[in-house]
Amino acid sequence: MTERIGVYVCHCGSNIAGVVDVAELARWAAETLRDRGVVIARDYKFMCSSPGQELVTDDIKNLGLNRIVVAACSPHLHENTFRTATARGGLNPYLCELVSIREQDSWVHTDKAAATAKAKAILAGGVERVRRSEPMQPIKVDINPATLVVGGGIAGISATLEIADAGFKVYLVEKDPSIGGHMAQFDKTFPTLDCAACILTPKMVAAGTHPNVELLTWSEVEKVEGYVGNFTVTVRKKARYVDEDLCNGCGVCQEKCPWKVLDEVFEAGMGRRKVIYTPFDQAVPRIPVIDRPNCPYFKKGTCRACEKFCDANAIDFTQEDQILTLEVGNIIIATGYDLFDARRIPQYGYGRLPNVFTSLEFERLCSAAGPTNGNIVLRDGKTAPKTVGIVHCVGSRDKNYNGYCSAICCMQSLKFAHLVKERTDAEVTNFYIDMRTPGKGYEEFYERVLEEGGHFVRGKVAEITDAARLPGEEGKLIIQVEDTLAGKQRRIPMDMVILSAGLEPRAGAKELATQFGLSCSFDGWAIEKHPKLDPVATMTEGVFIAGCVSGPKDIPASVAQGAAAAARVLGRIQQKQMSLEPIKATVHAEHCSGCRICNTMCPYNAISFLEADGVSFINAAMCQGCGTCVAACPAGAISGTGFSDEQVLAQIEGLLRVGADGERPRRSAFPVARGEAIEEAVLA
Amino acid sequence: MSAQAPVAPAPAEGAAPARTFEPVIIGFTCNWCSYRAADLAGTARTKYPPNVRLIRLMCSGRLDPTFVLKAFSEGADAVLVSGCHPGECHYLEQNYKALRRFKLLQRTIEALGIEPGRLQLVWASAAEGVRLANEIARVTEEVRALGPLNWPVGNVVDIDGVNLEAAWEATGGDAGGPPETSDCVDPEPTPEAAR
Repeated sequence: MTERIGVYVCHCGSNIAGVVDVAELARWAAETLRDRGVVIARDYKFMCSSPGQELVTDDIKNLGLNRIVVAACSPHLHENTFRTATARGGLNPYLCELVSIREQDSWVHTDKAAATAKAKAILAGGVERVRRSEPMQPIKVDINPATLVVGGGIAGISATLEIADAGFKVYLVEKDPSIGGHMAQFDKTFPTLDCAACILTPKMVAAGTHPNVELLTWSEVEKVEGYVGNFTVTVRKKARYVDEDLCNGCGVCQEKCPWKVLDEVFEAGMGRRKVIYTPFDQAVPRIPVIDRPNCPYFKKGTCRACEKFCDANAIDFTQEDQILTLEVGNIIIATGYDLFDARRIPQYGYGRLPNVFTSLEFERLCSAAGPTNGNIVLRDGKTAPKTVGIVHCVGSRDKNYNGYCSAICCMQSLKFAHLVKERTDAEVTNFYIDMRTPGKGYEEFYERVLEEGGHFVRGKVAEITDAARLPGEEGKLIIQVEDTLAGKQRRIPMDMVILSAGLEPRAGAKELATQFGLSCSFDGWAIEKHPKLDPVATMTEGVFIAGCVSGPKDIPASVAQGAAAAARVLGRIQQKQMSLEPIKATVHAEHCSGCRICNTMCPYNAISFLEADGVSFINAAMCQGCGTCVAACPAGAISGTGFSDEQVLAQIEGLLRVGADGERPRRSAFPVARGEAIEEAVLA
Repeated sequence: MSAQAPVAPAPAEGAAPARTFEPVIIGFTCNWCSYRAADLAGTARTKYPPNVRLIRLMCSGRLDPTFVLKAFSEGADAVLVSGCHPGECHYLEQNYKALRRFKLLQRTIEALGIEPGRLQLVWASAAEGVRLANEIARVTEEVRALGPLNWPVGNVVDIDGVNLEAAWEATGGDAGGPPETSDCVDPEPTPEAAR
């Protein structure tokens, strides 16, 4: 088939045309690349606009084009647009190539001549590549209507309820004994001062009792296999040592259990819990868990008090971990965050100075259901503080720890200031770098705290110490700070200091990313498919993210993301089927020597060896299209559709048609190519 | 920029053209990290030298050593290989395979008379647009200092007196294959070595 290629150069307003000479580029393509099959080259103001796309469709019909090259923005932005336009013209969409002369050229270079020469090279590369492109058909896959939600915090609960209410099955996996997440630990929520438990527990109960929701608490995802529409997920349901079917949640076992341990998780180390426990009174499910490492029965074989008092006979010391296999079509990850460990900043004294608290500890201190029944007292459990200092940006906006802003700490600190004012007669001082209150009602809340008489010192706290130097400092915590508004160093004695610690990715964020095929930023936050336009999708089809897994967020944003992810999943479920990129590797059996080198290359175990035929075989459904086996095959027997050797080699030739100065680079006398001609040459 | 190296054997190191020599660099990027880093550099308008031209592969593991040799043979002065950071590969671990191939390939090109500095590896995550831009600037500077790739060019004749360039052109210049008489060179020296 003779190639009849249409070339379209986009101005993108002045985004491209301001740096690249687009008219010259189109003229050059029409003239120089004519012998490479270019029959028409046009430039247009906005190729992605309807008239721009019509240029493509009309030319295919009128000029009989059989290949399209659009020189515009990144394929990650508009590849689909132009493939669709190509298909409307009656051509296979995969015969359209989008080359980026915006992100990779006009936006990053200033020298117009050099940028135009580079654009020519990029365009020629695209033309050569598309000459070798072959028509492909997208792969259709069925979508299993069940969904897995990982993480039972407010984002995960929100996503779960949206999908379940729409009438589809949801598995909600939570690693702790109860859903609720961090929000369940909070006393009040800013800026409305709603009681966190009061607004969260109805949602928890709804998720726990919904007929479409299967709650898998005290469980963790072990393995994820498959692809969008057809994931097989292995979940480890840890042994509770309590039979979930028999337990009625009466709570007698917890009452009777004689053993107490420090609760490091829910009470953030502020309180104690029984060895058989539910993390908090409103826990969903109400079924307790036996803390095996601390249970005397498991340690010494004695006690069994819980078993004795359980009328339902639900205690089962022989229970073992269960491995469940779930078949789901889509996955929503809402695993949340870890609190920055304030011990990492030794000069703030957390862990060493008893009256330095973290934000989470203070939340528990404020909580009516917490260890002090909501009384704000010092670590001794009885003294009310007279002065309270709140340190902002602990571990955030700090080169030594995390560079980013944790987004919630300013508002959280204001909330603390208000609560201290409301419940004690203490003076409160906030130590901040910048106040950031962007959100509905947030600035108004800041105003309110100011009016209530909260003090604000602008400056980063250098040190918190108990070493008194001046009169009045004895027995106090002294905050050493540079007051940048007053322009002087200050030492301010406090009874209590609250460190408003930042948010960090979960400790196992990287492992989680590998497990689900997510990309992570350098910090460890999951990366969205597009930070603005697709904030809940990921690079992996069928895997969505919601809440703090992708970065610090407040509760309204987490809830919105949970619902947004649910909407995306529901869209998929309603479609029942979806198309996948047909980028796959295939073994050509007639060329395969059966060396099996490729067998070990595949991370998805998609390649198997057919003993009977003596050749390797790739399972197309399991192949993810990375192409490593294609590169590894010494016989060239594996081809990768969409990124074939021929396409890449041709693109290299095209890219090097133009030198940095617009001339053709000097080509070596040693031609390198790959294909049948070489095999013949070698064999001859 | 008119001081593109003459056709005759390339100039010695430190000769005048090195000052204004503008290398052409072919960069291989992976679809998930480094190509997106390039996109991000664009979106953020982070400037870097226009000498690099990028090719998108699905994964750095897709990099066939032939691609690199092809780029050198077609006149590239350097090749940049980039992918996700170790441990962050979209395909779990394929960038480690790219790393192994890269190490072997660097030795191979040295044996072929190409300075190892002309083949560089840069890891860049999708969030590291600035890093990619800085690395491209660094590589460009280093290759500029190296000067044009000193591989035989132009009127090279083989032992039978056949002009290789002309014979190559006669094949149409497509990736169709080398002239039949090119028994002076192993056309595919690396895939086995680079595994």
